Amino acid sequence: MKYKYISHTADAKLQAFGKTLEEAFSNSALAMFNIMTDTSKLKPRIKHKISIKSENQEALLYDFLEKLVFFIDTEGFLLAKVNKLKIKDNKLEAEVSGEKFTNQDVHSYIKAVTYNDMFIRKEKEKYIVQVVLDI
Amino acid sequence: MEIKKISDYEWEVQKEGAMKVPVRIYASEKILKKMQEDQCIKQGMNVATLPGIQKRVIMLSDSHQGYGFAVGTVAAFDTENGIISPGGIGFDINCGVRVLTTSLKKEDVEPKIKELLEIMFRNVPPGVGEQSKFKLSKEELDEVLKKGVDWAIENGYATEEDKRHCEEYGGLEQADASKVSDTAKKRGKSQLGTLGAGNHFLEVQSVNKIFNKEIAKKFGINEEGQVVLMIHTGSRGLGHQTCSDYLRRIERESPEIINKLPDKDLAYAPADSKTAKDYFGAMCAAANFAWVNRQLITYQVRNSFQEVFGKEVELKLLYDVCHNIAKIEEYEINGKNKKLYIHRKGATRAFGPGKKEVPETYRDLGQPIIIPGTMGTASYVLIGTNEAMQETFSSTAHGAGRVMSRTQANKTFRGEKIKQDLEKNNIFIKATSWKGIAEESPGVYKDIDEVVKVSDKVGIGKIVCRLTPLGVVKG
Repeated sequence: MKYKYISHTADAKLQAFGKTLEEAFSNSALAMFNIMTDTSKLKPRIKHKISIKSENQEALLYDFLEKLVFFIDTEGFLLAKVNKLKIKDNKLEAEVSGEKFTNQDVHSYIKAVTYNDMFIRKEKEKYIVQVVLDI
Repeated sequence: MEIKKISDYEWEVQKEGAMKVPVRIYASEKILKKMQEDQCIKQGMNVATLPGIQKRVIMLSDSHQGYGFAVGTVAAFDTENGIISPGGIGFDINCGVRVLTTSLKKEDVEPKIKELLEIMFRNVPPGVGEQSKFKLSKEELDEVLKKGVDWAIENGYATEEDKRHCEEYGGLEQADASKVSDTAKKRGKSQLGTLGAGNHFLEVQSVNKIFNKEIAKKFGINEEGQVVLMIHTGSRGLGHQTCSDYLRRIERESPEIINKLPDKDLAYAPADSKTAKDYFGAMCAAANFAWVNRQLITYQVRNSFQEVFGKEVELKLLYDVCHNIAKIEEYEINGKNKKLYIHRKGATRAFGPGKKEVPETYRDLGQPIIIPGTMGTASYVLIGTNEAMQETFSSTAHGAGRVMSRTQANKTFRGEKIKQDLEKNNIFIKATSWKGIAEESPGVYKDIDEVVKVSDKVGIGKIVCRLTPLGVVKG
């Protein structure tokens, strides 16, 4: 399982999993876009490079997802795939691809990333990240 | 936690642990039970521990769990040694709602409702990825942030009466556009005059019942069956980013504040700090953006009505209220007048008669309050009272308040079925997505009649009239 959604009254709560922290971060991005639309139907037509430095891992997750929300708002970007993602010392370098909103079935909109109930955990050989999104 | 019953509609969580003040809950027994199912009361108790909190934390009848502060919370902090908290206002700064009255009757609109919805849907970009029809330069956007509705008047999108009938007359003069980040401005630039998705909507309604004829008449509501138009949206990405920017700034600058908090989303800036000053300036600018956003939508809605019903159709702004905002207001605390940062997150200002902030047309009565319901139910217009000024820092509920998650809504409801059911009751929907309809279906909200009844019974807002939908445009 790449990710799952957890019931939350007003907003959207998700958990994303991965063998590595990088994989869990990538899956959280996919989970976020799947709230908006069926990402499996999207084509990797345009690319974005992301480079972020934050003060800790949670802040890094927050800033990473927020950067993607910025692409949604400024150009109608919908993420299909995280091509590359590297994390080192609270620095993240990523390349994502997707397409511009035209007439896809977009049924929900992400207003903001929140710190509410956020965690990043390593359990045995698996990483779990949890995020609540304001929608 | 100990919850003491004060009356049939008022409850109080007593001070315990680090709480500096009690939490006052406005709810019927039924609503209180719902509130106890999520974390919202606990969140209210967390707010009661924050520095400089005054008198009591208020949780209104539509409260539900939020991030940091619950939605439906009013919190007052000292402007000298208290705080200001971006999370106590919410990401969607100056999310709000306005009602426009028309001279049309239900019978005039019903045969043309589908056409009207189509045209409004075309003129007001609703959902995600839809770009604004108003192309602004960076300098023009700064003017919007500085001036609010005045900018819309200068550019022919608003009348003087529109301005008079907005809370704060459509602009907060403490706005400082230079404190809004470029990122926020970039997000907002392509979204001015767009509705947004989620719970935002345009709704054609008819007056279903008038409870107070005299006041309704002053509000321009003359008879049952009269058609009105409601707009619900906020500051779009610009406001969301502004809130986020300052939460992150506080986190970076003041880890010692964050580390002490039970929840990071309660992050605050001490009232006398530069960060507080900057945030307040930025928040006011984002609020101005939201007023212009609702005004540009109003402009497009007026054009849409004229396209369908002819040039002589006039849509007059009854009033425009904010329900996510902080304001500096003065209240008597322990016999002394104090300037306070009143945080309203999912709460509507409810000034009683006599306040200069209320336009002259309504001043001797009180401020109009608009409380939107859900697609299939009803919305209400109320009037502010002196009781609200004394009891709730002049605040009342803001909407129905969700009770079901979007995930659960998608499992429980199907958009197609909801649309069919509503059509059987002569309510038509134009939306971008079936799932979007399911996620906002009437069953996911509290009973609006019950929510509003609490405000009315307690006296923190008296019901003037009930509005029911004819057609909805949803982002």
